[in-house]
Amino acid sequence: MPVTTAPIVLRLDRITKRFGALTANDAISFELQQGEVIALLGENGAGKTTLMNILFGHYTPDEGSVEVFGQPLPPGNPRAALEAGVGMVHQHFTLADNMSVLENIVLGTAPLWRPGFGRAAARRRIKDLMQDYGLRVDMEAQVGALSVGERQRVEILKALYREARILILDEPTAVLTPQETDDLFATMRRAVARGLSVIFISHKLHEVTAISSRVVVLRHGRLVAEARTADTDAAQLAQMMVGAEVAAPQVRQANPGALRVSLRAVTTPDRGSAPGLKAVDLDLRAGQITGLAGVSGNGQAALADLIGGLIAPASGALHISDAPVTGWSPRAALAARIARIPEDRHKTGTIADFDLTENAVLELYARPPFSRRGWMNWRAARDFAQNIISGYDVRCPGPETRIRLLSGGNMQKLILGRVLETTPDVVLANQPVRGLDIGALTYVHEQLLAARDRGAAVLLISEDLDEVTALADVIHVISEGRMSPAFDRGALSVAELGVWMAGEGFDHAA
Amino acid sequence: MRLEPIANPALTRRLGLPALALAGTVVIASLLAMIAGAQPFSVLGLILNGAFGSKFATLETLNRATPLIFTGLAVAVAFKARLWNIGAEAQLYMGAVVTVVLGTGALAWPSAALLPLIALAAMLAGALVLLVPTFLKTRFGVDEVVTTLLLNFVVLLWVSMLLEGPLKDPMGLGWPKSARLIEEARLPRIIDGLRLHWGFGLALISAAVVWVIQRRTTLGYEMRAVGLNAEAARFAGIPVNATLIKTALLSGGLAALAGFSEVSGLKGSLTLDISPGFGYTGIIVAMLALLNPLGVVVAALFVAGIFVGADSMSRAAGVPTYLADIMLAVALLLMVLAIMLTKFRVRRG
Repeated sequence: MPVTTAPIVLRLDRITKRFGALTANDAISFELQQGEVIALLGENGAGKTTLMNILFGHYTPDEGSVEVFGQPLPPGNPRAALEAGVGMVHQHFTLADNMSVLENIVLGTAPLWRPGFGRAAARRRIKDLMQDYGLRVDMEAQVGALSVGERQRVEILKALYREARILILDEPTAVLTPQETDDLFATMRRAVARGLSVIFISHKLHEVTAISSRVVVLRHGRLVAEARTADTDAAQLAQMMVGAEVAAPQVRQANPGALRVSLRAVTTPDRGSAPGLKAVDLDLRAGQITGLAGVSGNGQAALADLIGGLIAPASGALHISDAPVTGWSPRAALAARIARIPEDRHKTGTIADFDLTENAVLELYARPPFSRRGWMNWRAARDFAQNIISGYDVRCPGPETRIRLLSGGNMQKLILGRVLETTPDVVLANQPVRGLDIGALTYVHEQLLAARDRGAAVLLISEDLDEVTALADVIHVISEGRMSPAFDRGALSVAELGVWMAGEGFDHAA
Repeated sequence: MRLEPIANPALTRRLGLPALALAGTVVIASLLAMIAGAQPFSVLGLILNGAFGSKFATLETLNRATPLIFTGLAVAVAFKARLWNIGAEAQLYMGAVVTVVLGTGALAWPSAALLPLIALAAMLAGALVLLVPTFLKTRFGVDEVVTTLLLNFVVLLWVSMLLEGPLKDPMGLGWPKSARLIEEARLPRIIDGLRLHWGFGLALISAAVVWVIQRRTTLGYEMRAVGLNAEAARFAGIPVNATLIKTALLSGGLAALAGFSEVSGLKGSLTLDISPGFGYTGIIVAMLALLNPLGVVVAALFVAGIFVGADSMSRAAGVPTYLADIMLAVALLLMVLAIMLTKFRVRRG
């Protein structure tokens, strides 16, 4: 969909990449013109990074081809990509901390062990590049001593020094302060003005609308939309990104009851680039599903950790069933009858090399009947695991199976069984269906609804807007750590929620 | 070449590869013996004969294995929880010092009361030495590999100071050596007339106790969970730091028992050379045993056998005893490789 007649510098043709049963990229094609910024937009796991790794030669595609400046690019060869003029700035930097900025930039282009190695010439060239692109870094500083923003500038200089004509920036703003982001955008504008082309990967909508000329949206490995940025807006983009394929389960009328969890002006510290909570008010009621919508990395993790007992409020008050919490910890959260379904079931929810029995009692091992006076009762534990396996349809050879052998869906069912068997008062479900197939997904949703109908207060955190609108009785939107007011189901359209997700409603509301 | 994780390694792989590692050790040791100018298989025969060929040799090997079982258990317990205790040597010496302090006449108790007291006090001292680095790790994130390793030298110098000062034997003709333990503080022999003391029995009991702790108690469950995935353990409400502290107490205590057993059971007094690196060799023992407490007993016998056998082999064949060190090093390297290959498959491209 060329908008001008500028020459095509990069053509991706039906790129397909599979990892086992997962199709990370499904026949993706698009073109990049000289002097434009394309934003590649998509949720976590949509296939953005995979696609760029194919372009840069880290992965070999199963099908399809890449053409740079009219020449086919040999697959799986980063050096060829470099030589063709493709430069990539990774999410995680690839710099040597114990070397100077100058040495890092030159590294790999000249033999460093030769005394001098044309240091003066290199210095002159880098100085010119800095001037041309508005990138300022102290060339003699050790990279280990630089801020994250400065390191990113070194990475960009590295690419420019290798005469990159196509710059790929993989979520570059994820690690930047707003001020640094503005500087980066200024550099990007200078780059395109000088005839470079940029692929900008992000899931922050306001940045995409601010810097890109065209948007390509990926979802579940497919290219689902391609549009001129001017023809669209943040709300529309949000809708394209999260899609609308979650089948709505049969939702019965909710019957809200007592206040189970309340947050009053709760603030938590920022963590790196991800914001903490900013004076958040939130009520979770019995017999109600509260949905939390929002684009990834806007404070959801902080909220989940807070209610899950991993962090305490820095300021503000957290009440559980009207009592202020003291000595807040995971154990205290469990004692307060809060069931937690963590975001990352592989890393946080289970221990891969433990068997199902050991994983089933992970949160319960310290109390009877699973242990008494420090002695484990493995028979009780095995019975409990067996109960979950049959009651929650966990497909596995038996309770002695190591959990790493289970599929994500079965792993999630075990976690679900583990937390729901205790008939909790509160259920904290953080991205409970991420990466699950449709069958497991529906099952998890039904269980959450059943927990609600039994009188549990459910908090459903999801980046999938349709999941939230389908299940939640009330919806909050979180953006940059700020919490929107509660909206009843159906009170706002998806487009209106998208506006909140883009962080635009808060100023008027405040 | 790249490595591909194997989801569920077959039993043949899990047992076959370590066996292959041992076979490889034998082959490489034979080659080295050949280079040293001896008949390769006769050297191995001599080592085996020297280690287990007679009653005397076997008892010697069991005696030598005793401290290695303790330090091997200490390391295995700590490593299982991912607490990298490289300081078993220091903890061993702490146990030895306490044994001398309490066992040279300060307390005139009967054996049945004095020995358990000394053992417990020794364990406490060893535990305390490991507690400091563990506390620094849980509280400030200080790398315990560095602190436990360096404490080895600190403690060794401190023991040296004690042996030149307050603990020096006045009858010792000026040697840096402690006074001898009183008879009540000596571990008795298991069978009268045979040079094998109850330290060996205590080591076997310790191995069984550690196995029971790891498999049957909440503490063992916590230690394994923390070692395999501390993040998930913390999320599930397992007190990660408290678990590490408890692990340190157990590990340090076990290493200290090695010092107690050597002084009380074997030597009768403390000298600076009471441990020829038992603390460090304990790491090899634990790794060879794949951190399994019962495996530690087998690995300690294997390692002790090589050392004892190499001594007599050296006298008979004229091959330097250093062959024993090389064999251990090769065995360790091959075992580490075998462990990796049970978990990963090597693929080309």
